[in-house]
Amino acid sequence: MTIQNAPATRSTFTNLLWTIARFREAGISLFILILMVAVTLRAPSFLTVDNFEDILLNISILVIVALAQTMVIITHGIDLSVSSMIGLVAMMVAFVVKQNPETPGLLAVLMGMAVGSVLGIFNGLIITYGNVPPIIATLGTLTIYRGMVFYYSQGTWINSFELPANFKLLSKGTPLGLPNMVIIAILVASLVYYFLNHTRTGRDIFAVGSNPEAAQYAGIRSQRIIFLVYLISGVLSGLAAVLWVSRFESAQTNTALGFELQTVAASVVGGVSISGGMGTIPGVLLGALLLGIIQNSLTLIRISPFWQLAAQGLLILVAVISDRWILSRVERTKL
Amino acid sequence: MNENILELKKISKSFSGVEVLHEVSFSLRPGEVHALLGENGAGKSTLMKIITGVHHPDGGEILLNGMPVHFGDTRESQQAGIAAIYQELSLFPDLDVAENIFIGRQPVTLGGRIDWRKLYTEADKLLASLGVHLELKQKARNLSIAQQQMVEIARAFSINARVLIMDEPTSSLTLKEAADLFRLVRRLKDDGAAIIFISHRLEELFELSDRVTVLRDGAYVDTRPVKDVTRDDLIRMMVGRTITDMFPKQDVQAGKVVLQVDHLTREGSFRDISFELRQGEILGMAGLIGAGRTNVARSLFGVELPTSGTIRLDGREIRITSPQQAIGLGLAYVPEDRQLHGLIPPMNITTNIGLPMLQVYSRRGWLRDKVERSAAFNAARQMEVRANNIWQNARELSGGNQQKVVLAKWLSTKPRILILDEPTRGIDVGTKAAVHALMSKLASEGLAILLISSELPEVLGMSDRIIVMHEGYMTGHFTRAEATQEKIISAATQAVGTGIAS
Repeated sequence: MTIQNAPATRSTFTNLLWTIARFREAGISLFILILMVAVTLRAPSFLTVDNFEDILLNISILVIVALAQTMVIITHGIDLSVSSMIGLVAMMVAFVVKQNPETPGLLAVLMGMAVGSVLGIFNGLIITYGNVPPIIATLGTLTIYRGMVFYYSQGTWINSFELPANFKLLSKGTPLGLPNMVIIAILVASLVYYFLNHTRTGRDIFAVGSNPEAAQYAGIRSQRIIFLVYLISGVLSGLAAVLWVSRFESAQTNTALGFELQTVAASVVGGVSISGGMGTIPGVLLGALLLGIIQNSLTLIRISPFWQLAAQGLLILVAVISDRWILSRVERTKL
Repeated sequence: MNENILELKKISKSFSGVEVLHEVSFSLRPGEVHALLGENGAGKSTLMKIITGVHHPDGGEILLNGMPVHFGDTRESQQAGIAAIYQELSLFPDLDVAENIFIGRQPVTLGGRIDWRKLYTEADKLLASLGVHLELKQKARNLSIAQQQMVEIARAFSINARVLIMDEPTSSLTLKEAADLFRLVRRLKDDGAAIIFISHRLEELFELSDRVTVLRDGAYVDTRPVKDVTRDDLIRMMVGRTITDMFPKQDVQAGKVVLQVDHLTREGSFRDISFELRQGEILGMAGLIGAGRTNVARSLFGVELPTSGTIRLDGREIRITSPQQAIGLGLAYVPEDRQLHGLIPPMNITTNIGLPMLQVYSRRGWLRDKVERSAAFNAARQMEVRANNIWQNARELSGGNQQKVVLAKWLSTKPRILILDEPTRGIDVGTKAAVHALMSKLASEGLAILLISSELPEVLGMSDRIIVMHEGYMTGHFTRAEATQEKIISAATQAVGTGIAS
């Protein structure tokens, strides 16, 4: 049964594509480097330790939620409701902390994750039991959860002076050298990395997104896996919400409004395939970093926030188009 | 004492009201290769999926080692020692070779961490024992079809199953690879495993199996020891029915040649196809699903481009590169899958019929809907489409009426050559007869028809001549007088020297 490995002939061009496809992170890293050089030339203050700590602080929440979004997208789904889950959990936790200033930080975090898990479970149930396409299900809960923010808060905001100082330090304190929030993001990234790459359930997530029918034949319980990723998405959104309140020292009815698009952007820019089955954690981290650097530098070189949004949108398009294009080239060379 | 490792008793199964298996019984002993035989749609694959827990029987009982079992999903059947190679390739394109073999059963350490080193060593050992050389870290997406098939086989073997189901495992292997596979199957059998083997290549059945069970139209026909049956016996058991007088093909004096195809080849799909089609003639194209007939049709219609060979229309050599061009040349193609390629279900009847002729019905880019409407109305009336009115959405019609709309659509283009791909699949008997009568009438009016059908009585009853394809090759050519079911099945299942997938 000798079967020749790999097609014998391949053009140099295809080889190049292969290299890019295989080391997607290298491509992004290069892009980031070029951007950094360009920005530093115009605004030397960009390349300082302080500024970088600022960027890391800014993207920590994005990283946590983008990791969850990545797992969802790998199963060929999407969770648009993350921003509303953050908004709702943020409001609830802020109220509790305001009423009980003595609440320990860890308890607040656990509470946020618990509420988030309930919201995630609801998403998961609609999608698996209700058999509703993820984009529609989470579009619905995006609105429902946001509506619940208004109902819960009766339109009021919780401001900085109403929150205890300890709680505000929860995200920004630096007992370990780096801000807690950055450490938490790194911790979550490590856990997710381990989970996705070194456990059976993690590999099942890839399998379900890669070929759902084959997953059924292979004895993978796809519905459970799909349920699980939305649950995780809820939990991590809950965690992000607590950090959000602590960092921005407020909970508003529009907290995290539109944030879901940034998490999707970080994922797809980081090479996660919107058709499922493909994606790496280093890629997503770089994707989030790229978004963070763009935001930071566009401010530094004094470009209006309106352009920042446009630049982000453009980036998503470029990433997705090149993703499709590379994939189609790779597939065409299969036979 | 029960000598059967697996026993199926009176299994029935329906999909959306259509019974695909009716009280089918089947038994399997340790150490035997039991072949399962039947035409396309006889219910073999469904039966296999019931054994593995993909589908659940509506009635009947499954006994494993004499005990009744009920598998909720394939995980449970795997744990009970049942492995399967499915007809559809079922790998994960984004995962590598080794992980595809062990997915869901990756070796883990005590802490639940996947033991990647062990996984690769095991995969390496397994592939070596199968005599396959594959790069373990290669993504499945980059493998050839034959290589993918090998990974599937390795996966099934890795389960160390007591029952191994192989649904057409050799369909994309060369003879050499198939022979190697058989060597392995015999080794498993000697170890006491029981193997269910599904294949359309009768030679393989005789070479490999001990007993054979035949299914026909979802019903059990018979089980016999292979040494007691002949090839002809099996074909008779598979075909069974006699041709009723449902096919009113009128004798028409065939006119001049309108379409001539010479050595048409599309790499990976079909090779060296030659035939001619005359005015007033119905040319039947028989063969098993996947024999490449649809690919030939799609090449004639400009959907897929042939890699070599020539197509002549009225003796003039042409290159058809798009459906628009094909329509302009007077070709019409009624595709196999109505829902997917034939109709736009949410659109109404008028719009559906008018689609290929929009340019004709338009002036300066504006659609003249009066013209479109009257054309659609006439075509629908001619086809006797049964609907409330011509504004009804296509999806609300029955399968038979949908097919009539598709036919009306293509006939309104006034074609000279009509390609029909499985025109009566899944439609009721009455409409079927109407479609057959229409075909006959169209032929008598001088239309040249290429009829692709997997239903033998239809091909035999409607065609003036029949060509048979098998695995991309033309393996038979019969006149109406010569053709019999046995001859066609024989040509459609004969082993060809080399597979084209390599």
